[in-house]
Amino acid sequence: MKLFLHQLRCEQLLFWRSREAAFFVFGFPLLLFVLLGSVYSGKINGYPAANVLLVGMIGYGAANTAFAGTAITLVNRREYGILKRIRATPLPASLYLLSSLVSSLLVFALETVLLFAVGRIFFGAHLPGHVASLVVAVLIGTTVFAAVGLAAAALIRSAEGSSAVVNFILLPMAFLSGSFGPTRHYPGFLRAIGDALPLKYFIDLVKAIYLGGHGLLARPGALGVMAAWTAGGIVVALRRFGWEPRER
Amino acid sequence: MSAIRVEELRKRYGEEEALRGISFEIEEGEVFGLLGPNGAGKTTTVEILEGYRPRDGGRVEVLGFDPQRSERSFRERIGVVLQTSELWSSLTPLETLRMFAGYYPRPRAVDGVLDLVGLNDKRDARVRTLSGGQKRRLDLGIALVGDPQLVFLDEPTTGFDPAARRTAWEMIRSLRSLGKTVLLTTHYLDEAQQLSDRVAVLRQGRIVTIGAPSVLTGGSVEAEIRYRRNGEQVVQRTTEPTRVLHELTAAALARGEELEGLEVRRPSLEDVYLSLVEEPEAETGAES
Repeated sequence: MKLFLHQLRCEQLLFWRSREAAFFVFGFPLLLFVLLGSVYSGKINGYPAANVLLVGMIGYGAANTAFAGTAITLVNRREYGILKRIRATPLPASLYLLSSLVSSLLVFALETVLLFAVGRIFFGAHLPGHVASLVVAVLIGTTVFAAVGLAAAALIRSAEGSSAVVNFILLPMAFLSGSFGPTRHYPGFLRAIGDALPLKYFIDLVKAIYLGGHGLLARPGALGVMAAWTAGGIVVALRRFGWEPRER
Repeated sequence: MSAIRVEELRKRYGEEEALRGISFEIEEGEVFGLLGPNGAGKTTTVEILEGYRPRDGGRVEVLGFDPQRSERSFRERIGVVLQTSELWSSLTPLETLRMFAGYYPRPRAVDGVLDLVGLNDKRDARVRTLSGGQKRRLDLGIALVGDPQLVFLDEPTTGFDPAARRTAWEMIRSLRSLGKTVLLTTHYLDEAQQLSDRVAVLRQGRIVTIGAPSVLTGGSVEAEIRYRRNGEQVVQRTTEPTRVLHELTAAALARGEELEGLEVRRPSLEDVYLSLVEEPEAETGAES
């Protein structure tokens, strides 16, 4: 436990110390929310626009923090030999990955709180009723996207390409899953792609809890799809993830 | 007691045999140099002993552990400086060392480690502002912060300027006074000679010679006597240069002749090393 807390503190120090990454991962969804919130007003799908945008941004934030953050960080650390160095220390691999996951969770939880604060203060979004369900949803979202990020890190070969590849996945996924607005008017094939992505279901879940006022179990299908993505991510990571640089 | 015992260690990468059955032992508190040209198998050997790579044959014991199983208690007892590895550029040396110190059950005091590697005046500078030599010293500090019994240094001074190498050597010598066992790889002959109690020379996956650094020169006691006679170069090799030279010069004096271009030389360390690592492959076939 002491070792876990030590590593978690280290991860937090590393995250906040690297300003560019912290801004991009943490600040970008907030910035985007402010921009979109200033453009859209009135109602979307019968809900206040600010509330709907807030849900989309929580989804985008989860993918940005846990998926993009995990994948880029791990690939860089692997290619720079930092993971290899850590492998020679007594720190267990499982504890290392768990600290990384919990560190993402802390960042994303803070992000969610700030998104609600911004929504409340600037755009009159209302605060969530089912706080406990929302907290669990945040935990689930972080886990799903961290698992997918781990799989992506296992598949990406070079540090130079990691950021480009990750954003190439992240931005279309966010767009197709409805992070930037409802997908109702998208062409059928785009919606079909979106229907296969984990972010769509995370957004559905948050929507049900925050906008619909339901509990966590209101969307068992969404939970099932996310569980499948998590399992898939872990399987790929177990088969393909390495601690040593791929390129020399 | 032996810190490291290696018997008939073998490793292949596909078709290529990287290690063809090497054996050596390293005593506790000894500084052992693994010397050889690039591609001789130095890093492969070290990475097997560190627990990064499985072996394909032979027996290996490091501090009583089988490194292949990479147990946590094994990793608590070793310190590793990799050939190439970056650090977190946004942290300071102090923060970096504290991070690694936290992984070990009985770490050294971080202040002491900063003193040991000469980075106390840079303790709060960002790692990105350090010079190459300073970063390498921080690498060494990371390897030492867990207070390991055994330290692996894989080419610790490659790419250093002469002054930085001297500083690094001082640091490695200080490990000896801490009682650490050190396994050092290098392709610099003088480095192996300066730092090691014993040296093994590795060539194409085999140990071609092993012993005190003086074996590199002492192994070949023949001196060469050269002179010109009637315009032709004469080279005589002998283990008794004093006698041969005396006879030669006495005879020349008796004839009233000058031995042109007379010189007596012993092969330099460099000559012996190069002859060891450049010998043709064929004659080692008898090795089992």
